[in-house]
Amino acid sequence: MIVAAQISTRAKTWLGFVSIPIILYTLLPIGWILSLSLKPDADLPDGNYFPVNADFHNYKLILWGSAHTLFDPALFNSVGICLIATFVGVALATTCAYAIARLDFVGKKLILTSALAVAVFPVVSIVTPLFNLWRTVGLYNTWPGLIIPYLSLTLPLAIWTLSAFFRQIPWEMEQAAQVDGATSWQAFRKVVVPLAAPGVFTTAIITFFTVWNDFVYSSSLTSTGGDYISAHGAQTVPAALANFTGSSQFVQPTGAISAAAVIVTIPVVLLVLIFQKRIVSGLTAGAVKG
Amino acid sequence: MATIELKHLVKKYGDGFPAVNDVSISVAEGEFLILVGPSGSGKSTLLRMIVGLEDITSGDLLIGGERVNEKAPRGRNLAMVFQNYALYPHLTVFENIAFPLRLAKNKHSEQDVKRMVDDVADLLELREHLQRKPANLSGGQRQRVAMGRAIIRQADAFLFDEPLSNLDAKLRGQMRTEIARLQRRLAITTVYVTHDQTEAMTLGDRVAVLRKGALQQVASPRELYEQPVNLFVAGFIGSPPMNFLPATVAGGRLQLPFVEVALPDSIKGHFKDGELAIVGIRPEYFEDAGLVEPGKKATGVTFAAPVDVTEWLGNEKYAYLPFEPHPDVQRSLEELDRELDGEAMRTQLVVNLDGASKVRQGETAELWFSPEKMHVFDPKTGDNLTRDETKAKEIAEESEQERLRQLENSKGQPVAV
Repeated sequence: MIVAAQISTRAKTWLGFVSIPIILYTLLPIGWILSLSLKPDADLPDGNYFPVNADFHNYKLILWGSAHTLFDPALFNSVGICLIATFVGVALATTCAYAIARLDFVGKKLILTSALAVAVFPVVSIVTPLFNLWRTVGLYNTWPGLIIPYLSLTLPLAIWTLSAFFRQIPWEMEQAAQVDGATSWQAFRKVVVPLAAPGVFTTAIITFFTVWNDFVYSSSLTSTGGDYISAHGAQTVPAALANFTGSSQFVQPTGAISAAAVIVTIPVVLLVLIFQKRIVSGLTAGAVKG
Repeated sequence: MATIELKHLVKKYGDGFPAVNDVSISVAEGEFLILVGPSGSGKSTLLRMIVGLEDITSGDLLIGGERVNEKAPRGRNLAMVFQNYALYPHLTVFENIAFPLRLAKNKHSEQDVKRMVDDVADLLELREHLQRKPANLSGGQRQRVAMGRAIIRQADAFLFDEPLSNLDAKLRGQMRTEIARLQRRLAITTVYVTHDQTEAMTLGDRVAVLRKGALQQVASPRELYEQPVNLFVAGFIGSPPMNFLPATVAGGRLQLPFVEVALPDSIKGHFKDGELAIVGIRPEYFEDAGLVEPGKKATGVTFAAPVDVTEWLGNEKYAYLPFEPHPDVQRSLEELDRELDGEAMRTQLVVNLDGASKVRQGETAELWFSPEKMHVFDPKTGDNLTRDETKAKEIAEESEQERLRQLENSKGQPVAV
């Protein structure tokens, strides 16, 4: 904010001009997907960027029509699994990162390095053994069967970002709370958590996206979307999209896939818009002298 | 209100280094005690041990007669103002001050909290800032919010950890007076850490001087100034600091760089001929010989010495007189200077003269001082050999009487305005 105030008007206009082509470049494929999802099947290869005879039949098809048994449970799975994995991951990572930032204990370095090692470990290499293991123990194609590997993706990420964030909070703040009569838990809840909130939200969003976008685990460890109620069926949207088929073997399901892609993009956009205001850095400014 | 007793407190860190070494002090009810010392003297550690943020390695800490070594900070009912204030940035000034009350759940009704915060805000003139966030306050206002948060707890004692070090010089002076006034009015036991000897002298009923974790002397400011126990205390208290001059003992007399004086009778047996002593004379004990009344002049010694530089400040005039120190004492004096966070480039005598003095730089000046007021230190141990115990006792009693009288006076006055 301070930086923005110091930039002259001329520089601002100039920066604005430069950003236009970048915005166009990034929006182009998104616009194209939107356009494809609105085109009737016959118009798909017509080469127009903007649809000529736009209609919503693709959306109807995947939400209520013949493809809904494939898409709706997948959407339900995606939302549920992502929310649970994010919530559990962030809750665990918050306490873990707090301990790492504040306490001196044996094995602290080990936790951080192993978290980093897990984070950089190629997912593809563990998918096959996991597939066999999950089939044996009965976790294949279930929600926990996806949430558990997702935690291994999100925890290292969350622990690293959050512990960096906790380190920025002056320790004196907590000590002041303790002297003011707070228990360690009260100090954590009333002082540390509110101050760390922007960091926690940022971490939650990153975590949510990581899980939301995952394809490898979902396509390998699940087979069906299920029917909401039964324990089996945990396929998420990215994997379900691959199973879409056209109305006959000669028709590509391009329109339906595009419509599904647009639908799964909406929550992501919404999340960013909602949390944008909460990711305000500089909340701690002024706590300590300055 | 409570007494605080420190009995042989020791703090050792993992490497076995004692940051605080066998410190025993007892703070009376309503007393204002200052912990002072250069950086690394363990004064902040000691304060944090009292409040419970540092573990006590050995020794006993008693608050109100009860041993609290193992109690968590919240169980000790103390209020502390941190060096960086440690205000909660996500809360308004009102909520910052109300924070300790909110923690004591169900103890105070919403109206009670409102009334108490308003009272404290009035006391500290924070009324119009109650709904602002700490980030939008000035340094002095933040300082007052931190004090408000401490006051509202009605704690047994106040602890201050260098609370004024982040303020500019002018504000520091004002806040210092404000803290003194507040402490007198609330008549609450206070322990205050500072490295600034001016704060120590002006605020404290008693001052504890620490050096490398060890307590040197705990006494009233006047006793520290007039009857220091050793070189360190003598050098730390007073501004500009006491002059330390090497002196050779010869025939019952002390040979100083510019002048020769009689060896005080009380320490005649301590030195043999040819031995070295360190003599301490405060700059303000010197006077321009031309301005001393003839009757008084005979009680002291007069000497002439070349003046290098003078500084005229209106009401007073500093004059600097360089001299060649004796190599044997130079090392120990340099070491002392380093310990006191000083960076003296040369050995010189500093004298604080009357503003009307005609002493000019580059010329020889006629100066006068009374040997009665000088101190003689043992160059090996640093002990003050001329410390007058009976006089020190008198000063201590006087200061204590004065403190109790002030405490009695403050009882008649209402606490909140």
